[in-house]
Amino acid sequence: MFALTTNPINQIEIPAHLKAPKNGGIVLFEGLVRNHNEGQAVRSLEYECFEEMAQSEGNKIINEAISKFGVKDIYAIHRYGHLEIGEVAIRVAASAPHRHEAFLACQYVIDEIKHRVPIWKKEHYLNGPSEWVACHQCADHGAGHDHDHGHAQGGKHL
Amino acid sequence: MKVKVRYFAALREKVGAGEEMVETDAKNAIELFHQLNKRHSFPLDSSHLKVSINRHYQDWDYGIKADDEIVFLPPVAGG
Repeated sequence: MFALTTNPINQIEIPAHLKAPKNGGIVLFEGLVRNHNEGQAVRSLEYECFEEMAQSEGNKIINEAISKFGVKDIYAIHRYGHLEIGEVAIRVAASAPHRHEAFLACQYVIDEIKHRVPIWKKEHYLNGPSEWVACHQCADHGAGHDHDHGHAQGGKHL
Repeated sequence: MKVKVRYFAALREKVGAGEEMVETDAKNAIELFHQLNKRHSFPLDSSHLKVSINRHYQDWDYGIKADDEIVFLPPVAGG
C-alpha cells in the first residue's frame, strides 16, 4: 500500500496487519529532511506531487517488490507540502517471515520511489534563492538508468 | 484537437498555471512539447524531462489524441 499525506508521518501508525503473526520482522526506512545540501544550509523545503500518478506508480513499485522478493506486506507513505528540518519525508515498512527479503524489498521500494514517483522537492536555503532539486544523473539518463542511488541520503538527490 | 497539459514544479512556476487546455495538431508528445516550448520557453529541454500520457510514462514519439492528459515531468526528487 502506497500513501501520500500532508500530515506529519511520525503521527501516523504503521498499519497493524504488517505485524501479523506470519511475519517475523519489519524493516523500516525513514527519510528525513536534512539541514544541508551541496554546501548550502537548508532552512526548510517543499514537496510537490502529481498525486494521481504518484499514487499509481507507488502502488506499482510495491507490487513489484512483493512479487520479486516474496514479502507479505509493504507500506510506504510520502509526505508533501512544507516540511521543516528533521521531519520525516518518507517511511517505508516491509514485513516478511524472514529478515533477508524484508531488507531487499525495503531497499528496492525506496530506490524505485526516488527514480520513478513524480514528486519534486524545492529547497529553501538560509542564504540564497530557493531551488528545485534534481537528480542530475536521472535527468541525463532517464528512468531506465542503473546508477547507484546509494548517495541519495548524503548528496543532492534525497 | 484539444488536449489537457498539466505542469508541475519548475514548469508550473514558469508557465504560471498548473494546467491548460491546448488546441494542437501535434501527432506525438515531442511535437506538442516543441509547440508549447515556443509559447512558454520552458526552463528544461526535452532531454531533461520525461513525459506521461494519461498517467503512464511514455516515449516522446508516443502518439497523442483528443482529450489526452499530458505532463512533461521534470527530474523527480522524492524520497
